[in-house]
Amino acid sequence: MKLTLSWLKDHLETDASLDEIVERLTSIGLEVEHVDDKAGLRPFVIAKVLTAVQHPDADRLRVLSVDTGDGKPIQVVCGAPNARAGLVGAFAAPGTYVPGIDVTLSVGKIRGVESHGMMCSERELELSEEHNGIIDLPEDAPVGTSFATWAKLDDPVIDINLTPNRPDATSIYGIARDLAASGLGKLKDGTVAPVAGNGPCPIKVAIEAPELCPGFALRLVKGVKNGPSPKWLQQRLIAIGLRPINALVDITNYITFDRGRPLHVFDAAKAKGDLVVRRAAQGEKVLALDGREYELTPEMCVIADGNGVESIAGIMGGEYSGCDENTTDVLIESALWEPLNVARTGRELGIITDARYRFERGVDPEFMVPGVELATKMVIELCGGAAGETQVVGYAGHKPKIVSFPHAEVKRLTGIEVPKAESLAILTRLGFEPKGDGDPVDVAVPSWRPDVDGKADLVEEVMRIHGVDRIAPQPLGAHDAVNGKILTTLQIRTRAAKRALAVRGMMEAVTWSFIPAKHAELFGGGQKELKLANPIAADMSDMRPSLLPGLIAAAQRNADRGIGDVALFEVSGTYEGDAPDKQRRVAAGVRRGTAKLDGAGRDWVGNAGSVGVFDAKADAIAALEAVGAPVDRLQVETGAPGWYHPGRSGVIKLGPKVVLGHFGEFHPKTLEALDVSGPLAGFEVFVDAAPEPKAKPTRTKPKLELSAFQRVTRDFAFVVDKAVEAGTLTKAALAADKKLVTGVSVFDIFEGPSLGEGKKSIAIEVSIQPVEKTLTDEDFEALAGRIVDNVRKQTGGILRG
Amino acid sequence: MSDLEALERSITSEIATASDEQAIEAVRVSALGKKGSVSELLKTLGAMSAEERQTKGPAINGLKNRVTEALAGRKAELKDAAITARLVAEKVDVTLPVRQSPAERGRIHPISQVIDEIAAIFGDLGFAIAEGPDIETDYYNFTALNFPEGHPAREMHDTFFFQPDAKGERKVLRTHTSPVQIRTMETQKPPIRIVIPGKTYRQDSDATHSPMFHQVEGLVIDKSANVANMKWVLEEFCKAFFEVPQVKMRFRPSFFPFTEPSLEVDIQCDRSRPGEVRFGEGSDWMEILGCGMVHPNVLRHGGLDPDEYQGFAWGMGIDRIAMLKYGMPDLRAFFDADVRWLQHYGFRPLDIPTLFGGLSS
Repeated sequence: MKLTLSWLKDHLETDASLDEIVERLTSIGLEVEHVDDKAGLRPFVIAKVLTAVQHPDADRLRVLSVDTGDGKPIQVVCGAPNARAGLVGAFAAPGTYVPGIDVTLSVGKIRGVESHGMMCSERELELSEEHNGIIDLPEDAPVGTSFATWAKLDDPVIDINLTPNRPDATSIYGIARDLAASGLGKLKDGTVAPVAGNGPCPIKVAIEAPELCPGFALRLVKGVKNGPSPKWLQQRLIAIGLRPINALVDITNYITFDRGRPLHVFDAAKAKGDLVVRRAAQGEKVLALDGREYELTPEMCVIADGNGVESIAGIMGGEYSGCDENTTDVLIESALWEPLNVARTGRELGIITDARYRFERGVDPEFMVPGVELATKMVIELCGGAAGETQVVGYAGHKPKIVSFPHAEVKRLTGIEVPKAESLAILTRLGFEPKGDGDPVDVAVPSWRPDVDGKADLVEEVMRIHGVDRIAPQPLGAHDAVNGKILTTLQIRTRAAKRALAVRGMMEAVTWSFIPAKHAELFGGGQKELKLANPIAADMSDMRPSLLPGLIAAAQRNADRGIGDVALFEVSGTYEGDAPDKQRRVAAGVRRGTAKLDGAGRDWVGNAGSVGVFDAKADAIAALEAVGAPVDRLQVETGAPGWYHPGRSGVIKLGPKVVLGHFGEFHPKTLEALDVSGPLAGFEVFVDAAPEPKAKPTRTKPKLELSAFQRVTRDFAFVVDKAVEAGTLTKAALAADKKLVTGVSVFDIFEGPSLGEGKKSIAIEVSIQPVEKTLTDEDFEALAGRIVDNVRKQTGGILRG
Repeated sequence: MSDLEALERSITSEIATASDEQAIEAVRVSALGKKGSVSELLKTLGAMSAEERQTKGPAINGLKNRVTEALAGRKAELKDAAITARLVAEKVDVTLPVRQSPAERGRIHPISQVIDEIAAIFGDLGFAIAEGPDIETDYYNFTALNFPEGHPAREMHDTFFFQPDAKGERKVLRTHTSPVQIRTMETQKPPIRIVIPGKTYRQDSDATHSPMFHQVEGLVIDKSANVANMKWVLEEFCKAFFEVPQVKMRFRPSFFPFTEPSLEVDIQCDRSRPGEVRFGEGSDWMEILGCGMVHPNVLRHGGLDPDEYQGFAWGMGIDRIAMLKYGMPDLRAFFDADVRWLQHYGFRPLDIPTLFGGLSS
């Protein structure tokens, strides 16, 4: 919403400076986004050309002697064809910035003759595109005074970023009312005197869609002479960014901004028959004033005559019936439209107009008829003509909302004590009508404030006018205790997983929640309920079923930039469905190239090898450990989902049912479909699947039992079938004596012809911790026998000779 | 020169010229071994007369002791020499590089770090952290938050929609974290003090807008929380978050459907240095958050009586305050996973924000 200072002062009597007004507007909720104070035009003064003689060395130039008002003629070289003795124009002295040519003037020599300034064209001052000659003012323009002031071009323009709840402030009058209520001046009387008319309106209006049109006023003015509107009116419209068209149209635009009352004028000679307000027929078309054709639906409201659609209600008039310089009889329309319908129609047709902007917020119903009167008055003043009587259809009058207002509400919600009389005075100045001074008091809401519904709204009115700055901050009461843990288990686990993975040299990425449909389908997603109806781009269409495709793509982007060894992780949401409990919390990571735990690339100690399944497995287990999963009870099995390499991937489970994660290298077809290259390995861990930790009655740790006897180790090598998993073998060794065997590690895997076809050797180191006595050779023999027996039973393996 | 002296001179010379432990051992055996020259002399003592033993005894024993000592001395000398030689041989080039530890290489994303900073501050003020789903119903995202059907305020949100279900209802990607206000009120009785960090989505993309971004929402509901308390909480937060002793904030009346009264908040700052923002000084105002008293209709939708309970809420962009504090110029880079960006703007994994140790190092 734009306005100029002088326009504001049409409605507000005030001595306040521009700065004060701007600051006050912002502080009462009308945020000033920009002020153009026209300071750039200030240096230009009115000057008179005393003499103009031909330049000695240039046919097209003249040397002027210019009176700039201080009595000392100044020499200026000028190339304008209209430069002549006696011309009064706009002069810029050396040092002036001339916006139209983006130059700061200095004293210069033009073809050997000194020039001490410039006589300017309109284009040089950015007033218009006119550049055929220099500005040519009336002879009586006061030499030596500011050109901009004399021409009324120094009117500052204020641009307000209006919130959608304030239809009343789409009018300069409404803004003046707010400022006056805040004590920054006095609101002038805005009452519109009716203009007497003669004879009923010959064109009848029928409202067939009263639910979309709660009122319609129409008036005919005959015998007008349409043409350019007066300079002052054009200047105001240009200042707020509107293009002057002709007097009749300019009047409607003027009242739209002056009073927030959009109007429509159309040429009575072009209208055929009576008018009807109705829903559009399906597919009905209209050529609108913007020169474009729109196709309408029955959801939209139109004003139609015998020719068809005359205008789109509340949004834009039709091209056909528009007013031009030949118009002699004009119809002035002032109507009310249902705001939501205007909003929807405007959105669907993609039309943004000053009328739509106001109607979708809600215009003042009580100003429908005064709007016609004001327009009639201006039409007669500017274009002549004789008015008929105003025809008003469908308007039932406005019944004000009554809000019960307990005054204590101001203090309750804001914390500041505002005297009751002051609160009520503020409301009164804003146009509210408190009925008496009881408590609670019934307050009638003015017709221009459809946004006010309840007492909280009245508190806001009092607060913003009384001053938000006057509310002193007050500490929020403490809980009177040391704060306890504030995070949920899931939040704690999320944090822990992030820090644990970062400690493993990985970098945390945040990738899009929506991924290409093809990627979603590759990773088990792509369900209909997870597809966006209006994605921002075709490749951001599906909610991700997994963090891996995003991370793999991110790793590839880095590789494409020349950084192929990257380790990335993310702990975030994935989506199995559109219900809240179908959003999972997952920790995932990928390593690419040689980005191993100890570091990537070549090193004099030893080069890092390619990343693989065991790097991913280590990451996955570290993440699970961080989130508090019982890592000593995890089972690792084959059978990871299809996007992994079937022989180089695993599933991590807790018990037979709970899947805690997957890890591995990726299926070559997955990589091909994602258009990426390896080596790549990754994992996903389901942070929300780990069991909730048991509530503990005490934080005391279990007692530490230290054995007095020396720990010993024994090595065993078993020959087993190739298909036997090391995990089964180590479990068997551990189970051989749960008391004495405290650990089993695998230190060698060997395959060779000496072992026989389809065989391999697994070498383990068994840690033995005696607890009651030092073990004798016989004890060791017996234990070794139990280990060998159990391994044979569980795996078929035999001790290697 | 007696025989003894000659013998001693000969042994001493052999010890002195022994060049390694093996040679020393050979000398020891030839002198003090079972059949060694000194041992043989000692054996003769037994056959001597008492007088003879009186003079020869000390002389031979003296010889034995001196030889033993000389052997030990030379042995130690040789051992030292051997160690010295080994040390020289074992010298390495200590300027060779070592690998950086993984903890030095890893990075936490600025969004995670800033969420931890926010949690540290609000945890101190007695707030809990709440969360909610990204995929929301129209009811939680709009209706319950007092956005009337078809209202232009809904349009301002540039909502992402899903396909309508069998009942014609279409879910949305939440456009703000405010739905969690309602979800919290439905499950928890006041007093409520929560902050809600999370992902939010709007169909918008340029240097300062991203289709996915992060918001943090705050909600206080009890029987007395008011605008004055809200101003205090937000000023304390900004001071703590930006780690400056003073901030100047400007509260402007504004409009949000879910608060009444509503305010927007600007923070005073100095932006005269390119790429850098300083808070607590300067003359620029920068919009930083929106806030207000929870609208009575929102309290009702949360099952609370607006005449009994009241409170305030605010929301701000996590990415935005991260950009302001740490100076990232472009929001889009947050979601690009460029390791050069993560390395530069990310945080080390053990830099954990606390109030007692400072939010940032």
